[in-house]
This record gives sequence, structure tokens and C-alpha cells, in this order.
Amino acid sequence: MADPARSRFRRLVRLFGPAAGLVAVAVLFALLTGAPERYLSAANLRVVLAQTVIVGLGAIGMTLIMISGGIDLSVGASVALTSVIAALALRGGASPAAAAALGVAAGGAVGLVNGAAITGLRIVPFIATLGMLGIARGAAKYFAEEQTVNAPATWLNELAVTFPSRAWLLVAPGVWITLGLAVAMAVVLRRTVFGRHVFAVGSNEAAARACGIAVDRVKVAVYVVGGLLFGLAGVMQMSRLRQGDPTVAVGVELDVIAAVVIGGGSLAGGEGSVGGSMIGALVMSMLRNGCQQMGWPTYVQEIIIGVIIVLAVAADRYRASRAAD
Amino acid sequence: MALDGVDLGVRPGEVHALIGENGAGKTTLMNLLAGAFPPDAGSMRLDGRDYAPRDAADARRRGVAHIHQELSLCPHLSVAENVLLGAEPARHGMVDFRRMERRAAELLAELGRETLDPRRRVAELGLPDRQAVEICRALASDAKIVLMDEPTSRLPRDSVTRLFETIRRLRGRGHAVLYVSHFLEEVREIADRFTVLRDGRSVATGELAATTDDELLEQMLGRALGPRLASGRSDGSRRIGEALLEVEGLALPPELVSATLTLRRGEILGIAGLVGSGRTALLRCLFGLDRPAAGRIRFRGRDVPTDRLSSGRQIRRGLGYLSEDRQREGLALPMSIADNVTLTRLDTCSRAGWVDLSAQDVLSERAVRPLRVRSAGPRTPVHRLSGGNRQKVAVGRLLHQDPDVLLLDEPARGVDVGAREDIFREVAALAASGKAVLMVNSYVPELLDVCDTIAVMTRGRLSAPRAASAWTPESILEAAVGRG
Repeated sequence: MADPARSRFRRLVRLFGPAAGLVAVAVLFALLTGAPERYLSAANLRVVLAQTVIVGLGAIGMTLIMISGGIDLSVGASVALTSVIAALALRGGASPAAAAALGVAAGGAVGLVNGAAITGLRIVPFIATLGMLGIARGAAKYFAEEQTVNAPATWLNELAVTFPSRAWLLVAPGVWITLGLAVAMAVVLRRTVFGRHVFAVGSNEAAARACGIAVDRVKVAVYVVGGLLFGLAGVMQMSRLRQGDPTVAVGVELDVIAAVVIGGGSLAGGEGSVGGSMIGALVMSMLRNGCQQMGWPTYVQEIIIGVIIVLAVAADRYRASRAAD
Repeated sequence: MALDGVDLGVRPGEVHALIGENGAGKTTLMNLLAGAFPPDAGSMRLDGRDYAPRDAADARRRGVAHIHQELSLCPHLSVAENVLLGAEPARHGMVDFRRMERRAAELLAELGRETLDPRRRVAELGLPDRQAVEICRALASDAKIVLMDEPTSRLPRDSVTRLFETIRRLRGRGHAVLYVSHFLEEVREIADRFTVLRDGRSVATGELAATTDDELLEQMLGRALGPRLASGRSDGSRRIGEALLEVEGLALPPELVSATLTLRRGEILGIAGLVGSGRTALLRCLFGLDRPAAGRIRFRGRDVPTDRLSSGRQIRRGLGYLSEDRQREGLALPMSIADNVTLTRLDTCSRAGWVDLSAQDVLSERAVRPLRVRSAGPRTPVHRLSGGNRQKVAVGRLLHQDPDVLLLDEPARGVDVGAREDIFREVAALAASGKAVLMVNSYVPELLDVCDTIAVMTRGRLSAPRAASAWTPESILEAAVGRG
């Protein structure tokens, strides 16, 4: 086999595990619900996809961050903050595009602060972003005056509707945006100098530094780009709820991290793929949706998702140890 | 002080060997040249211009590439990406992978490593290939000087031959190579000129062809080689008893190739050798921290199944271990002296899972008193103690554990003279009371002073133990550098 083909093949093999998990979840619930034609119907899949947008966008950013060896615990708080800011802007009379841009930019600003704290103050990412989790959540409540911010109806609300008015779109525009950004991020990570430097920093930071890579600048950029994506997720959240809610999206960061980990990402850095993370996000949406259709209480979903995360990582470790022998 | 006055001149197109005993300052000098930290005094010139690198990246830009013992590669990236890391051929921010792989293949071919596929992930490569990747990276950055710190210490012999071929090609292209090694025969094989470091000073430099091994050894030791006779060691007060620990052909490649020894009650057996020669691997295998790949261990005349070794089992059998790395492995720094001392045998001061704190204090005090630990009491956190006192706490833990066999790895590393005396006095007392001690020590005079028998580890092979009186500092050094 030719070598570029081999490396592409290996990449596909790495996606095989998460993809098999996705198929397993789909088949399992198709059987459990006893109505595969409903669970796997186009209408239900559209619902699942629309529900995946926020975690999916977050997972694109988190993939980048985790490959660089970092982590961001402030995703949920950023989503809440940016949803409030976008809603406030709309209420204040800003154009929908300007409001969305403001929300995304606010996410980027949060990421910039995270990156500055991590590189400038030498705080480990876990702690720096744990602090930001509180700060951003508090800021969201401050700006919203501790209540939801109703936003006037605009075309922004169209982004998240499950059945778009333009039927040829098939799925919510937010799904297409997520897909497009995922492809773009995959290209950035695989093909650009920046992307390879992100891998290098996560793989061996000292080596990257010795080779003249501006490690701190790479890290700041990683958190800013991640923040922009979390900001976009906030705008989607606002568009879905048609309001800015400072108490929304609590714990989303854990779903996002879980999606990346199920997709083959490692907390130790250097590993991960956007494709895998997207499959990971879908696995969790399919699970949630299936549990709902079964009428199971949410605690069952929580336990199942917890078990899946542990099994996914255990399977990955097992594969890695087999490969090392 | 690690370095105290070094003059060194390296010319283009030469392999310059830097030789000296453990702790002579070779690695410090390398780090200084590579920009890890600046010198307190003195100046460096590179290509006729002042050279004062700000950091490792700056040194690399100026043309000084450092090839570490612990290689600095990104395991998740491909060979080509590692070779050209930080200097990727790109267009509009997109990496030109085809050009990058072609360039890496060219560089690999120049080093005679064309069989290495530039698209392979570094994580899949073995050590010799990783080393080639790192040398290739030096070539890619157009390094004028390549610093190599003990590149062969963990390589099998056939890989050494290939590495030397690579180094000769570097030399042929006009690169200068500064080569650190302990091994004289290896230095003769690859290097043109040499500089000897001793106690942080450069004491001799010249052409290798015009210098004998004896002259080099004399410079390393700092005095004329005496007649190879016994060092006037006087002892004999201890009674050597029955065999406690018998080891046959123990191996854990690549560090440990083969070790055979017998350790008896009342005996202090010293293991000399160079850093990285496999001594620590031997102790770790014996204590169950690493699983040996081959060999037999007998304890008190009974076979110990090596496939089920664990440190917990070895402690219960009656072995104790002192790690060479007290910061990371030997001690729990934030915990108190009492906690650290009693950690291996908390059952002595606990009942039904409850620790009796006052009993713990008493036992801890009893263990460290003969060592004269200076502290505010048994509840003092260990990180507040000086290096010597920390080491005493680590030794105190062994006294409290009261094992029959003590495995000591560099028990006096980095401690002052007073603490050294306290520690060795206790070790001798333990042996006199019928314990057996296996001690790794890089400081030869100490070995000759303390041990009954000494064996020398060379490239993972342990020599047959001989009475300490049969060794001299010269013969130990010769054996360690592979010439005895």
C-alpha cells in the first residue's frame, strides 16, 4: 500500500472505534424502542442533529485545545455569557448579524483571558479555566440582571430550528454551519503550519520550544479560537431558546470533553481528531434522544453516558497498549 | 559548583570528545553551550562572533544543536514533521507535505538512513531510529555544532556502529560534533581530539592519536596511576554469614543485560559503574518495581517468581529500597517526617485502620535519632528539611522498616560530609547486626571505604564481585569504562 494511503487508512482506523460506538448506539435503541422506523426516521435524525449543534461546536474548539495539551472548563459559562450578550445586543436594537458577531467576539475575549492567564501567569489550564467558569457565569448573571433576556424575533432564530422554512436545507442551518466549521478545523489541524504546531506543543512542549515554535503564542491562539467557537455555540443557544439565559448550559463542558474523548482525544495532548469528536458528540445526542424515546428518566441517561465515556477511553488505552507491543 | 573554568575549542569537521568521570561537569557544559542557562563568567565565540544564546531556541538558530540523552521529539508527529519542526516548508500557511517529506528523505539519505520512512510516526520508532531523526533535525537546521550527550549509553552495539557512520557523515560535511562519552574505546573509534574535564575544569586537551589510555585515565583521576594493588582497606570486624539473596543472569534489556551476584548476611556489596550503566535497573528489578525479562532471584534459598514480583511482596519478604531520586520517588515531600518514616510499615503504629499518631511520632523519633536528623520534630514536613536531612529521613524509613536486605541507590548523593558520615555509620551498623546491603554508588573512594565486596556494572553487565581489597580506584574506573 502506498504510504499516504497508509496514513489516511490509519486515520480511518482510529475513527472506526467511535463510529462503531455510534452504530452500536443507533442499533441498540432502534431495537429497544421497537420502532426503528421512528428512531432512525429522517425527522428524528433531524431532531438529533439540531440537538447536537451546541456540543458539536464546543467539541470543535475543545479538540483544538485538548490536542495542544490543554483543557477548558469554562465552556458552559461562556455559552451562557455569550447568549446573554447576543440577546442584550438584539434587544438594544443591534442588527442580528452584529449581535451574533458580538456574541462570538465575547467568546473570543473569554478565550483570550484564559490564554493570557495560562501563558502569562503560568497557571495550569485546569485551574485557569475553572476560575473562568465562575467568572463568566457571574458576568452572565450580572449583564442579564439575574433574569432571562428576551430577544426580539429575527432570522437568527432560524439557525436552530429543527425543520427550516427553506425545506431544501434539510436540517437546521446551524447543523450546516457546524459541519462546515468542523471540516475547516480538520483542515487547519491536518494541513496548516499552525495546526501542526498545535500538535507539536501538545506532543512535546519542550521540543516545540527548542525548535523555535512560539509556544505561548500558539497556546493563546488555541484558547481564542476555542473561545470564538464557544461564543458561536452561545449564539446558537440564544437562537434556540429565543432568549439569553445566564443559567443555561451548566456542565456543557463535560459533554464537550466527553465528545472529544470518545472521539479519540487525550487529556495528555497530541491526540484527537475533529471527525472523531463530531462522532463523539453524535453518540451522546443519539443516546439522549433514545433514552427520551424510551421514556427513561434523565438519571439513566447520565449513568449510561458516564459508562460510555469510561468504556471508550478504556478501549482506546487497550488499543494503544496493543499497538505498543 | 558544577563548572569552574573550562577552555574548549572545537573546529569545523572534527569530532571532539569530552571525557571525564561522573560529576565532572560534562552535562552542565553541554547545557550551557545549548543555551539552557548562561555562564557566570567567561565568553564563547561561534564562527568568530560572540555567542551568548538567550535560550535553547536561540542556540539552535545560531547553529548549535543539542541531542539530549532523553530525546526531544514529538511522538505523535511523523519523522518528516519532527525533522523540520519549526521550519516547515509551507505556502499560505498550509504545510507542503510533499516538499517536507522529500526534504526529510534527502537529509535521511545524507546520513545513510534512507530506509527510514519520513511518513512514519515517531511513536512507532525504536531508540536508534529516533536518534537518527534527532540528528537529522540538527542537519536540517544547518547546525554548525552538534552536541551529543552519551548517545550510545542505551544503544545495542550494532546500532552504535550505524550511529558512528552517521557521525562520520556529519563530520564529512564540515559539521563539528562535540561528543560526550565515558567509554575510551568508543572515543578512540569516533573522535579526533579530546578535552578532559575534572571537577568542573578542563585539565587536558589534544589529539587522541597522540595520547595513551593511561594518560587519559590519569587526567580523569587527577593523579598518576599507581601500581594496581590493594587499597589499604582495614576491616574484618563484620562476620559474613549465609547467603540471603542470590541473583543469576538477571536481565532487563536494554538497561540491564546480565547480573549475577550473591549477597550474604553481614555483607556490604558495592556496585560501581557509570551513570546509566544499568545499576538502577538492577535494584529496581530486585525490589519488584520493574519486571526482569530473564534471570533468577533466590531469597533465603527459595526461588522468587520473577513474573509476580511487586514492591509490596518484596517488602513483606524483607527487602528495603532507597531510591536515587528522593524528590520524586523516595519521599512524599509535603508529608511529615513521621509519615514518611512509617509509610512502609504503618501497621506498627495503627490498629484497625486508625493511625496512632503519638505511637507514630515515637517510632519515627526512634528511627531517625541515630541519624541525627535536624528538625523541629516528627511533624515537620519533609520539604522544609535540607537535602542531607531529607536523605536521612529516607534512610530512617529503612531503619523503621527493618528489612533483612537493603537495596541502596546512591545513598549519599547530594548530601554534605556530616550527613554522609551519619548515613554510612548506620549502614555499617546494620551490616554488623546481620543485615545484607547492596549499594549502588558512583563515588569510588566511598565504595572502597564502606564495602566488603565490589562489582562493576558496564553497559548493563555486572562483573563478578570481588573483595574490596582487590580493587583500586584505577581498576574500578578502567572496568567501568570498558577497558578492564
